[in-house]
Amino acid sequence: MWLITLLTVIPLAGALVAGGISSNTRRPWVLPVVTSIHLALVLAVIVVSPPPSRGEWIELDAIGKIFLLETGILFTACAFYAVNYLQYRHERNNRVLCMGIQVCLSAMSLAAVSHHLGLLWLAIETTTLCMAPLVYFNRNARSIEATWKYMLICSVGIALALLGIFFLAYSTVVAGLEPSLLLEQLQCYAPKLPVGWLNAAFVLMLVGYGAKMGLAPMHTWKPDAYGEAPGLVGALLAGGLATCGFLGLIRIYQICMSAGETHLYRTLLVGAGIFSIAMAAVFLVRQSDFKRMLAYSSVEHMGLFTVALGLGGKALYGAMLHLVANGLTKGVLFLAAGNIHRAFASKNREFARGTLKRAPWTGALFLIGFFAMTGSPPFLTFASEFSFFSAAFSRGYPVTGILLAVLLAVVFLGMALTVLPVVFGAPPRNRERTKYQDTPLLVLPPLVLLLVVAMVGIWLPEPLHRLMVEAASLLEVAP
Amino acid sequence: MNSATDQLLVLVLLINILILGTRRTRVAIRAIAAQGVVLGILPLLIHAVNAHILLITLFVLLAKGVLIPWLLLGALKKVDFGEDLEPFLGYAGNIIAGALAMVLAFTFAARLPLAPIHQGLLTVPAALATILAGFIALASRRKAINQVIGYLLLENGIFIFGLLLTEAMPLMVEAGAILDLIVGIFVMGIIINQISREFSSIDTSRLTALREVE
Repeated sequence: MWLITLLTVIPLAGALVAGGISSNTRRPWVLPVVTSIHLALVLAVIVVSPPPSRGEWIELDAIGKIFLLETGILFTACAFYAVNYLQYRHERNNRVLCMGIQVCLSAMSLAAVSHHLGLLWLAIETTTLCMAPLVYFNRNARSIEATWKYMLICSVGIALALLGIFFLAYSTVVAGLEPSLLLEQLQCYAPKLPVGWLNAAFVLMLVGYGAKMGLAPMHTWKPDAYGEAPGLVGALLAGGLATCGFLGLIRIYQICMSAGETHLYRTLLVGAGIFSIAMAAVFLVRQSDFKRMLAYSSVEHMGLFTVALGLGGKALYGAMLHLVANGLTKGVLFLAAGNIHRAFASKNREFARGTLKRAPWTGALFLIGFFAMTGSPPFLTFASEFSFFSAAFSRGYPVTGILLAVLLAVVFLGMALTVLPVVFGAPPRNRERTKYQDTPLLVLPPLVLLLVVAMVGIWLPEPLHRLMVEAASLLEVAP
Repeated sequence: MNSATDQLLVLVLLINILILGTRRTRVAIRAIAAQGVVLGILPLLIHAVNAHILLITLFVLLAKGVLIPWLLLGALKKVDFGEDLEPFLGYAGNIIAGALAMVLAFTFAARLPLAPIHQGLLTVPAALATILAGFIALASRRKAINQVIGYLLLENGIFIFGLLLTEAMPLMVEAGAILDLIVGIFVMGIIINQISREFSSIDTSRLTALREVE
């Protein structure tokens, strides 16, 4: 239990330490130290696996473990990257950035272990708030616009999710049961709850947490925020915050699926997911800004998560694989994109071309990361996306399966049209050369993430496999 | 529940219409502060008074009645805009939309399968009407600060619905939610200042640099 407490306390303490350090060059070193300790704690807590305590607010289940593992690895990689990145941006005060990242990590750890819907909501809301100043790191007109859209859409979305939680609690009052917001308790109640209130709660939370994930049509903040924030922050948004919204959706899914009649929920999830993937595919084609391209790719993958929940069966195991695969691969791509942005002082494919010649390591990472993101073997995304297809056809959603195949092909081609010139094109001649150079701290973190995604894709260690199976069984409807 | 509660909820509904119809941002902020005070008193009337309820009342009065309006007035002073820009639909259109939302909320709430003890009360229709008023303000207002007021209306509506289940929400979560709201408004206040500095206006319909270009 104390291990779980430390998971949230250590990053908070780190934030305070970072706030107290006045040297702008020494402060970023707090990040790798704290996130490494956090990652070690995550591994320890997964190995020790505290015994389940029925009916408690704080409880670490298999889903929470996978979520912690993914955020832990991603944040540690980003923290090491941040040290060198912030040296490049030494003219900017990085106090708020260093503190925000750690508060966010603390809130995410809390979200992972919350089995009380109110507490979970609180943790997710906190992550939204502490990332806002990070989106505004560049302090110009474009980033303020992005921050405003991010704040307003996510705040309204999160407020709607709270209303959904209230509806859920109220449905227990209507059913004449003891009001409760504990996950296990609500799962037991679910078959007795009035269907109307349960459905309304589900829709509100799908919209609310969907806004946070960036499901279409609530995705409009995403390309702006991901495009204007530093690559490092983009990685944390796409791999951390979006996954956090997905965790909220998973919890309400667990409750609603216990209710018995699930057809409506499945239809809504599959529909919302396919719509998001389609919207992303439309905007991915001819996208000249490679950071915005990554944002739409994130919309696409959030859509995939949602479809997977709707399909159920094998897709649930795939969704758990995908949670790790998407988070870490987004880390690779955003960190590499940050390097490219600095190497060319542009994030447009017109000017940022030929990364392979200008910064070979970064160029290779961006290219291979692109293949990993679009589900090419041997990467982990191949295994997860394959499970979505097989679930679609085996569980009676052939149209969904065909649509998925077509849309993912469009996404692949659309992204290739942007990625290939950025990686292989001829570097622009008449532009001033920036001071950027590939350094170990800027290249190794994304490289490690990529190796993890590849290795786990080729050979999934047995304990990890068992963890995924256990998580998927938590999501499976009890017959 | 008693008639005093219903009278206060009618006051909440009137404040919604006032906020939708006013041209002056300062008036809207004062109105949202008044609504916050009313919301703070409501739990005392609805539930048996105990430490939990007293603390919630205190939090809400301080946050929604004092601190948040103060933050908003501070943001307003720095950007120095007394009057809002003409909203989409116009002021009359906003009031009509607000009235329609109220009618809709009452008809809808009458059909909801409420618990027997909550039937015939104003709580649920008032909550729905306030949430809808918040959406109208969010969608129609063009200045950032007025959109924040719309967001607060939405939050207030959700809070009114929450009155039905104060027992289910633990104090810590509620206090945390209010704290998050304050921090959120604080961050939004800072952004508003930055918007006015960068664009020399807080008209968010000018925030159009970021979009897909063909």
